Amino acid sequence: MATWETVIGLEIHAQLATKSKIFSGASTAFGTAPNTQACAVDLGFPGVLPVLNAEVVNMAIKFGVAIDAEITPNSVFARKNYFYPDLPKGYQISQFELPIVGRGQLGISLDEGVSKIIGITRAHLEEDAGKSLHDEFPEQTGVDLNRAGTPLLEIVSEPDMRSAKEAVVYARKIHALVQYLGICDGNMQEGSFRCDANVSVRLKGEEKLGTRAEIKNINSFRFLERAINFEIERQIDLIEDGSKVVQETRLYDADKDETRSMRSKEEANDYRYFPDPDLLPVAVTDDDINRIRASLPELPEQKRQRFIVDLQLSEYDAEVLTSSRETAIYFEKTLAQLPDQAKQIANWILGELSAALNKADINIEQSPISPDGLSNLIARISDNTISGKIAKQVFEAMWQGEGSADSIIEAKGLKQITDTGAIESLIDQVIADNPDQVDQFRAGKEKVLGFFVGQIMKQSKGKANPGQVNQLLREKLNKGRE
Amino acid sequence: MTLKTEDVRNIAHLARLQVDDESIERYATDLSNVLVLVEQLNQLDTSGITPMAHPLDATQRLRDDAVNETDLRDKFQNIAPDVKNGLYRVPKVIE
Repeated sequence: MATWETVIGLEIHAQLATKSKIFSGASTAFGTAPNTQACAVDLGFPGVLPVLNAEVVNMAIKFGVAIDAEITPNSVFARKNYFYPDLPKGYQISQFELPIVGRGQLGISLDEGVSKIIGITRAHLEEDAGKSLHDEFPEQTGVDLNRAGTPLLEIVSEPDMRSAKEAVVYARKIHALVQYLGICDGNMQEGSFRCDANVSVRLKGEEKLGTRAEIKNINSFRFLERAINFEIERQIDLIEDGSKVVQETRLYDADKDETRSMRSKEEANDYRYFPDPDLLPVAVTDDDINRIRASLPELPEQKRQRFIVDLQLSEYDAEVLTSSRETAIYFEKTLAQLPDQAKQIANWILGELSAALNKADINIEQSPISPDGLSNLIARISDNTISGKIAKQVFEAMWQGEGSADSIIEAKGLKQITDTGAIESLIDQVIADNPDQVDQFRAGKEKVLGFFVGQIMKQSKGKANPGQVNQLLREKLNKGRE
Repeated sequence: MTLKTEDVRNIAHLARLQVDDESIERYATDLSNVLVLVEQLNQLDTSGITPMAHPLDATQRLRDDAVNETDLRDKFQNIAPDVKNGLYRVPKVIE
């Protein structure tokens, strides 16, 4: 049995979060009535001219700087020629020979602290096409051109990934990065972030790349992993059965969990690129680049380092907290209220809060518990108002919308008992009720202590301060020993 | 460089141009002559000259990111051959 190696490269289309289109002043808002945001330029009317959106250039440079890439001083737009009803001009304005962002790289963290550098070949600007609706009419295809002319940054990686899992880690990292940079909203359902995967297999140790298939139509990270894994199996089966992989475009069908050939596009691969005479070269100066570099927000990698060094969080905590911009924002907002409780806050966000979010299948920015709410809860643990165990009960009530930590503690009478007298009387009661266990303890069976603590906590409905209970209990039991 | 009739057919197809069979030969000859003419440029020594992407010695002007187009759908669709429910309609693209 041969051992196979998988080679994967990704092409990611990130929709740039501008107000207007790349070459026209039409709005890019999502979900409006069909064709209400397609102006004469987007429709390719005769005589119109594209005028480049300055913000699109800024955003592309931001991305380039963030991945340590060369920014092309004079990048050029080119026409990519093909016919399709949702492409009104018969060509897409894209970049070919001189993309605005040249070669860069991105580090990814894999399991067990292993990290890897993924090369980024280039990133170029282009306009999106419209949308074809094949099921709208029985005999015809409907075309909505609202999306035509929406700015995209196409980010092309080197074939540096060796498994579906690595591809997903890289894609997620790009996804987080473009959101940190504020250049893309990352909404995969609405198509703001789309991945195409180039997949091939070869025998381990083989230098030459195998024939690749390009998989399109992947709109979630879960499907990205599944589509690649399906494709790897398909290619290995083909080769082991003595046939060959054909270079082609394949569509991923999430319902059937398979990829299948897109027959219709076979002939269309001759795009006859040439420089678009309607657009002049885009000049970017060193001053532009320096100005944009200075304006960049703290990037995930820098944030991660700061969390480890300044806040003394573990590598793992820092990685997960910075893996999405929203999680990092939530953490830092909570931390602003409790600057010396970083570890506690991390534990709550990565523990209870993440579990609750997963269960409800919502994102952290939709959390019913706000950063202020969570910091209030954690503050009550650290000032000994409640125990960690009771805190979970309070958290649950907060999640259900029953109010703030303070009001829930008050209303449910969950305040921790720290009054020594009250705790002592609980202990006396439990000791009196369990003479057998008292004898066992005094005979040297230390383990019984846990039983007593359990009983006392139960009597107090979890409200007795565990530290005090332990201390006072030990004193009382030992007293009888002598 | 000379173009064969198959090249002309392929180029015509990619450009969605209908070319009848009797014209193909003539197009192949004419287009080949154009290419010969252009090829004369190769006699010039252009080493050391930066390739240019545009005949104008200028760079692209940029516009601010602002929405300044209004919805003119009714006007545009008024001159389209087939429109329904706000969509442009074309022959079925996939089977």
